[in-house]
Amino acid sequence: MRIVVLGKTSPMIDLSHLRADFPILHQQVHGEPLVYFDNAASSQKPRAVIQELTRYYEQDNANVHRGLHELSNRATDTFEAARKKVARFIGAANTHEVIFTRGTTESINLVANVWANQYLKAGDVILYTGMEHHSNLVPWQLAAKRSGAVVKHIPVLDDGTLDLSLLDSLLTEQVKIFTCVHVSNSLGTINPVRELCAKARALGITTLVDGAQAVGHLPVNVQEIGCDFYAFSGHKMCAPTGIGGLWGRAEKLAAMQPWHGGGEMIEVVTLETSSYKAAPARFEAGTPDIAGVIGLGAAVDYLEKVGIDTIHQHGRELTAYALQCMAELPGIHILGPQSERGALVAFHLACAHPHDLVEFANTHGLALRGGHHCTQPLMKRFKVPGTSRASFYFYNTTAEVDRMMDILHRAVKFFS
Amino acid sequence: MALSDDLRDLYQQVILDHSKSPRNHGQLTCDCVHVHGDNPSCGDEIDVYVKFSDDGSIADIKFDGQGCAISQASASMMTVKVKGSSRTKVNTLMQDFRSTVMGEGSIQDEDALGELQLLEGVQKFPQRVKCAMLGWRALEQAIQQAEEAKC
Ligand SMILES: Cc1ncc(COP(=O)(O)O)c(C=O)c1O
Repeated sequence: MRIVVLGKTSPMIDLSHLRADFPILHQQVHGEPLVYFDNAASSQKPRAVIQELTRYYEQDNANVHRGLHELSNRATDTFEAARKKVARFIGAANTHEVIFTRGTTESINLVANVWANQYLKAGDVILYTGMEHHSNLVPWQLAAKRSGAVVKHIPVLDDGTLDLSLLDSLLTEQVKIFTCVHVSNSLGTINPVRELCAKARALGITTLVDGAQAVGHLPVNVQEIGCDFYAFSGHKMCAPTGIGGLWGRAEKLAAMQPWHGGGEMIEVVTLETSSYKAAPARFEAGTPDIAGVIGLGAAVDYLEKVGIDTIHQHGRELTAYALQCMAELPGIHILGPQSERGALVAFHLACAHPHDLVEFANTHGLALRGGHHCTQPLMKRFKVPGTSRASFYFYNTTAEVDRMMDILHRAVKFFS
Repeated sequence: MALSDDLRDLYQQVILDHSKSPRNHGQLTCDCVHVHGDNPSCGDEIDVYVKFSDDGSIADIKFDGQGCAISQASASMMTVKVKGSSRTKVNTLMQDFRSTVMGEGSIQDEDALGELQLLEGVQKFPQRVKCAMLGWRALEQAIQQAEEAKC
C-alpha cells in the first residue's frame, strides 16, 4: 500500500497497483480509456477468480455431494471450502448457516416465501424502509398478499437517512418481520442495522438485512449485527454472476420448511412422502452453481488478501474526494448523506436528464448508471425522475474521478 | 463516424432547443382526449391532450411530462407537426416517423417529416428509440380512443 498526498484530501490509500489484476479495466471504450464507475450494479472480476473458474472446469469438474469418485470428491471439497470461507468472511458462528443462492434477490425471496408462509398471519405487519431496493420490497408485498399481512415503512429524511424518530411508533409488537438495507444502492446511506436489529429482537421481531452493497465493501459481521437473516450477492464483490448467499441464524433455519424440493435436500424419499436434510442442504435443492460457488470462494480469498479494512477506507476516501469535486458542478443535487456513506454518489444535474448525461458519459468511455436504480419509491420521495450514479470499488482511482469531472463539466457545457 | 459525432447528431441544437423550450407545453381542459404514457424502466412520463375536429383532424394538442431530452423534444416536435393535420396525414407521419427512428421501412412523405428527420440520430442508439416514440405512442392511443368513442 502506498500513500499519495493529494491537494484535496490527504493522505489517501492508493490501490492502483491492483488494477493489473483486472484484465477488463485495460481497454478503450469509444476511443478513450474505460472508467468503470458502475460497481454498485456489478463489480469487475480479478484474474484470480477467472482463472479459478477455468482451473475448476479443466481439472475438477463433476457434480458435488454425489459421486464417490475423485473428481466429485475434489469438486465437493472446494465447494464446501468456499462455504467455510464465506462463513468466516461474514462472521457466521457456524458454516451450516450459509446457504448458497443466486444472489440477494433469491435469498430474500427464500425468506419471504418459506419463513413468511410459516409465520405471517392476517393483520401482522411487515416493516421495511423507504430506501429498499425493489428486491426487498416486492417479495414482501407478495408475502403480504398471500398472508393478509400489511406492509409499513420507515420514511427517509431529506438527508438520506432513516427517520428514526418514528421508530418507536412503527416498530411495535404487531411487526413480525423487520427488513432493512445495510448500504443503500441509491443514496449510499449506511443504516444503523445493529441498533435497529437489537431493538427489533428485543420485541421478538425477526430481522433480515439486505447486504448486497455491504459484503466485500466494508467489514460485515452478522453476529455483531444481530440480525436473523443476511442476504448478499457475489457479483458485487468480485465473484461471478449468478451466485450469492443467505446467512440464517441456526435456530431460525432449523424451524423452517424447505422451499424448492428436489435432489440433495432430502434424506429419505418414498412414493408417498419425504424427509429432509438440515440446513444448508435443505435449502439447496438440485445441482448448485458449483463453479459459481468456487469462484465466490476465490473472490473471498482475493478480497481478504487486499484487506476488507483497506477496501473500506479506500472507498471512504475516494468517495469523499469525489463528493468534494462534484459539489463544484453547477446545478448539481447530490442525494444521500454528506458524511459516512458507501462508495457511491448519486446525483441529478439541472441541465441534463440522467439518461442524456449517461449517454454523454458513455461516448467518453465513462460507465455511469442512470435511472431509478430499482428504487422507484425513493425517486418519488426525492422528486427526481431518476439519478445518475457513480459507484466505486478499490481498483478505482482519483485520476479516474478527475476524468469523470472533466467529462461532467463538458456535459454541463453541452446540455446548457 | 466516431461516437462523439453520433452524439452530436443525437443532440442537435434544434432537439436541445425543443427539450429546453417545449412547444405546445401544458394541458387542454376542454372537450379533449387525454392519454398518459410512460416508460417505466426509465421513468419518462408524458401526458398528451388532443382535441379532435368533427372530421377527425387534430384541432389542438398539448403535452406535459418529464423525461430525457429525446422524449421531450420528440413530443414537442410532434405537436408542432400534427396540429391542424388531417387523420390521414397524421397516420402517414406516424408511420414515417417510426421508420425514421428505427431505420427500417420506407418513408412515404419526406417533406411532411421536415424537422422530425433530425431525430434520425436515434437509430445509432437503439435503447433511445422508446424515448423518441413515447409521445407518439400516446398520440396513437388518443386517436384510437377517439375512434372507439365514435363507434
Ligand atoms: C441494495 C440492493 N439490494 C438488492 C440488490 C439485488 O441484488 P441481485 O440483483 O444481485 O440479486 C441490489 C443490486 O442491485 C442492491 O443494490
